[in-house]
Amino acid sequence: MREITYTEAAREALTEQMAVDPSIFVVGEGIGERGGNFNTTLGLYEKYGPMRLRDTPIVERGFVGMCAGAAMTGTRPVVDFMFIDFILDSMGELLNQISKIQYMSSGRIKMPIVLRGCIGIGGAAATHHSGSYYPLFVHIPGFRVALPSTPYDAKGLLKTALTGDDPVLFLEHKLLLNRRGPVPEEEYKLPFGQAAVAREGSDATVVALAVMAPKALAVCDELAKEGLDIEVIDPRTLAPLDMGTILESVRKTGRLLIADETFGPCGIGAEISAQVMEESFDDLDAPIARLNGAHTPTPYSPSLESAIIPDNVAIAKAIRDLVAE
Amino acid sequence: MSSDDITLNSQQLLPLYRMMALIRRTEEQLARSHQMGLVPGPCHTYVGEEAIAAGVCAKLRDDDVVFSTHRGHGHALAKGVSPRAVAAELFGKATGCSQGRGGSMHLFAPEIGLMGTSGIVGPSILQGAGAGYSFKLLGSDQVSVAFFGDGAVSNGAFHEGLNLAAIWDLPVIFVCEDNMYATEVPFREATRVQDVAERASVSYDMAAVCVDGNDVLAVRQASEAAVARARAGEGPSLIECKTYRTRPHAEGMRDGGYRTDEEMAAWKRRDPIASYGAWLLENGHASEGGLEAIEAEVNATVDEAIEFARSSPFPDPATASDFIFSAGV
Repeated sequence: MREITYTEAAREALTEQMAVDPSIFVVGEGIGERGGNFNTTLGLYEKYGPMRLRDTPIVERGFVGMCAGAAMTGTRPVVDFMFIDFILDSMGELLNQISKIQYMSSGRIKMPIVLRGCIGIGGAAATHHSGSYYPLFVHIPGFRVALPSTPYDAKGLLKTALTGDDPVLFLEHKLLLNRRGPVPEEEYKLPFGQAAVAREGSDATVVALAVMAPKALAVCDELAKEGLDIEVIDPRTLAPLDMGTILESVRKTGRLLIADETFGPCGIGAEISAQVMEESFDDLDAPIARLNGAHTPTPYSPSLESAIIPDNVAIAKAIRDLVAE
Repeated sequence: MSSDDITLNSQQLLPLYRMMALIRRTEEQLARSHQMGLVPGPCHTYVGEEAIAAGVCAKLRDDDVVFSTHRGHGHALAKGVSPRAVAAELFGKATGCSQGRGGSMHLFAPEIGLMGTSGIVGPSILQGAGAGYSFKLLGSDQVSVAFFGDGAVSNGAFHEGLNLAAIWDLPVIFVCEDNMYATEVPFREATRVQDVAERASVSYDMAAVCVDGNDVLAVRQASEAAVARARAGEGPSLIECKTYRTRPHAEGMRDGGYRTDEEMAAWKRRDPIASYGAWLLENGHASEGGLEAIEAEVNATVDEAIEFARSSPFPDPATASDFIFSAGV
């Protein structure tokens, strides 16, 4: 199978859907002729023109609120935030309007809007260009949250986002953008709420989100040489969250680690942990473990930045500790 | 009345009177119902401002869309939502226009273009611009209307929404209902520039007019021009309507301390329905008996609507989490 990058895969999903659905348009800063700061729309302006690749002033609240109105009236906006940190200026439109209008209109108004942007720590981007924020959106009823970690997942999940009728956060970790992977040329979509068992194993389960997935896979390949047989699950979407696959794995291994670069308090790991205890407490052979980035704004200096992210050594230690419990 | 439009005949003039009377009577009955405990939540009335909704919506088609405010009963009724559906929604009933999920501040009837009233000041402006973007992208001649009050015009949504609509020539009509108070904060204390039309024309190069918001014909005329401009692809407009709300911000709220009895009395003398009725009589467009007949019909319609709301069932509690997402994943 051909291999393309994560960004190329997502862009392919976008351009293929724009070709078949003239109601899709993209807004953002520099997503027109320039093709996007992260090349998310490279080459699309020439194909689809300015009404569908709409460069905006720097008014996140304004264009998010505007896109809500557009989604309510028959078009499919894609908001390209570049860095997802910029989404915070539009939170009222998102949490009070976009997430609630399908409900308040008793399902008569649809809200097909895709909110995409780069997340994550790396490259000394410092604290206004390194956020992730997905637990906030998982907490709010009305959002779908997709967090692909491979080119294959990026294309398949974006296709689903662009053909559904719900608001979707589509979050791309910036350290994954240039990773290559197999992507079939034929049409496919990936359903939301279906985790990937990225690696099968029997000694412990690691649920790894976004960039933590490839990190955990590399670590587990190393640990296999020590005789540890670890299962790695990538949920791929956090809302809906495929607890069935996680619970099935925990019933097999009896041990669970959740690895997530973003904050621990009230985070995805806390939620998964609570649900596993509610549903499958008797299957656990050890306390559930979490591995998170530090609960701190993201510092600039590389020495500080690397200190707040769980690295491969930390992941390996967390797994060894879990298995030794 | 400011209109000298001689093409208007009684077939166009009397529905304006009826619509204002319908809004007034519906809200008076809702206020009474609120006092009786039949409206479990907030109730923000539009009493005194009816000419704006009636005048603007008279020029809209069913497939044009309206984005409204917390003071939105009048917009809903003028867009064609039935008094039954509005009253039942405020009563929290399954037969309400939002099936009991919204109440006074969240009235929805998208099938006839009422895209929602709102509990938050500002988003109507942005969503109105967005509908304009849809219509332009889809090549439709539909138009979008955003209602908002003077309380919204120093909010970022006003400036961001007007600017986006202007730079992209969107078919949107921004209707500012300046009733002089943002809840209870006087507009004169909230800005150095109270001329909202000037803000639109000078800052955003938008066609903008200021009209007497208690003069239904003036509002209608401004709406006609703005709708024509939008349908012709000539871009957005702003209509600033000077008006006054003669009931408290919300039913049951203390109304003192921010405005005077004299001010209230002066505005009540400029009641939009009474003054329009007098103009119709003076100019031979209606007889006293004709207007009384309209009022009698309206009163009967509203009384029936209140009874419908009262006798309707509450929603099934098992449906409380329905409609969060569209069907399917």
